[in-house]
Amino acid sequence: MTVTTLTAPLLLEARALSFYRQDEPVFGPLDFRLHAGEVALVEGDNGSGKTTLLRVLAGLLHVDEGELRWRGAPWQRDAYSGEILFLGHHLGLKSDLSARENLAAASGLYGTRDNSHPDGVLAQIGLAGYEDEPVRRLSAGQKKRAALARLLLLPATLWLLDEPYANLDRIGIELVNRLVEQHAARGGAALITSHGAVSFLSGEPKRIRLHA
Amino acid sequence: MSQPSLASACTAVLRRDLTLAWRRRGDIAMPVLYALIVTTLFPFALGPEDALLQRIAGGVVLVTVLLAMLLALDAMFRSDIEDGSLEQLVLAPQPLALMLGMKILAHWLGTALPLMVAAPLLAGMLHLPTAVMPVLLLALLLATPLLSLLGAVLVALTAGTRRSGMLLALMLLPLCVPVVIFAAGAVAAAQQGLPWLAPIAWLGAALALALVLAPLACAAALRIALDA
Repeated sequence: MTVTTLTAPLLLEARALSFYRQDEPVFGPLDFRLHAGEVALVEGDNGSGKTTLLRVLAGLLHVDEGELRWRGAPWQRDAYSGEILFLGHHLGLKSDLSARENLAAASGLYGTRDNSHPDGVLAQIGLAGYEDEPVRRLSAGQKKRAALARLLLLPATLWLLDEPYANLDRIGIELVNRLVEQHAARGGAALITSHGAVSFLSGEPKRIRLHA
Repeated sequence: MSQPSLASACTAVLRRDLTLAWRRRGDIAMPVLYALIVTTLFPFALGPEDALLQRIAGGVVLVTVLLAMLLALDAMFRSDIEDGSLEQLVLAPQPLALMLGMKILAHWLGTALPLMVAAPLLAGMLHLPTAVMPVLLLALLLATPLLSLLGAVLVALTAGTRRSGMLLALMLLPLCVPVVIFAAGAVAAAQQGLPWLAPIAWLGAALALALVLAPLACAAALRIALDA
């Protein structure tokens, strides 16, 4: 991973990025760079602004101070929206729809990656046999998997994953790690928040530390 | 990698919302039952006098349908905000206003259309002359999407607040006044055998304006609601 970062294109760059909520600083100033093929772990205690950082990067919150650049150009919501995939605390699943229907709606909005198909993706994520079950009836871990299936189906360069390990069993955690690893090998990048130490991937990920 | 076309994105949003509405068929029946009950109360309160009921029929049906729509309006974006679907919609590489337009269309199909199907029954209960019925339906056909669009903007504006139902009613009902005046005006004119096209044309003009502007306003309001 260290070799590729030197030659890989720079995707995301933050310069003195900070965010304020009612004049109270939530995080920052932060400086970091994310190249294609890189995975960064956003670490910090509860309330240190991990989720806020991801929401800022996703474009849900506006940048208060500092600069955010995407592929070397100043950050712009519309230019950038097709390339990122955000998975937040709220999974964005409709509980009355099945996992398959949820995926179909998502791929209608975001597009589909080459050679990927909803059913194949659900089998890969460990939801074979549950494709037509309303998401409401799935367990918390299975819901998480149904949301993670989006990562496999939709095309995106940058993954913003907020606590992707929450509610997952050991096999699920390994699955997330494998997905992120494959994504990085393909030239994608990922930012992952976690408040615990996560045994992680083969290489050592970049770490972005937030302080409350 | 295939970028989705605008048409397929619109279809995806519409299909998802209509499927959801169908899964919750009971919720669709609720406003219709409400309208039915409210309309039934009028003859009890005012007495079963044909001439009186005939005179108020158009107005009663219009106001009842409007209030019934208000009941369902509150839920337009609520579940989407709660489960994070709205975030996914906002972040999708699609024009948000158009996607919200599709959501409003789905909401209209799920709430106003059943009410319009029930409207002739409601009007018939109040002895509205059959000849006036098409005018009433035409007025509803223009007034209900107008209310859905106006309502969607207000729902988006109040999206951040808790228990926004009453606030929504207080904000929306004043905006309904012109809609009610023109819609009821057309029905009253038709009942008296006068030309009724002018008020209908006004409703149509307002609807055209709202069709263009409301989704844009809605998109801006929801972006602000999420940015908090």
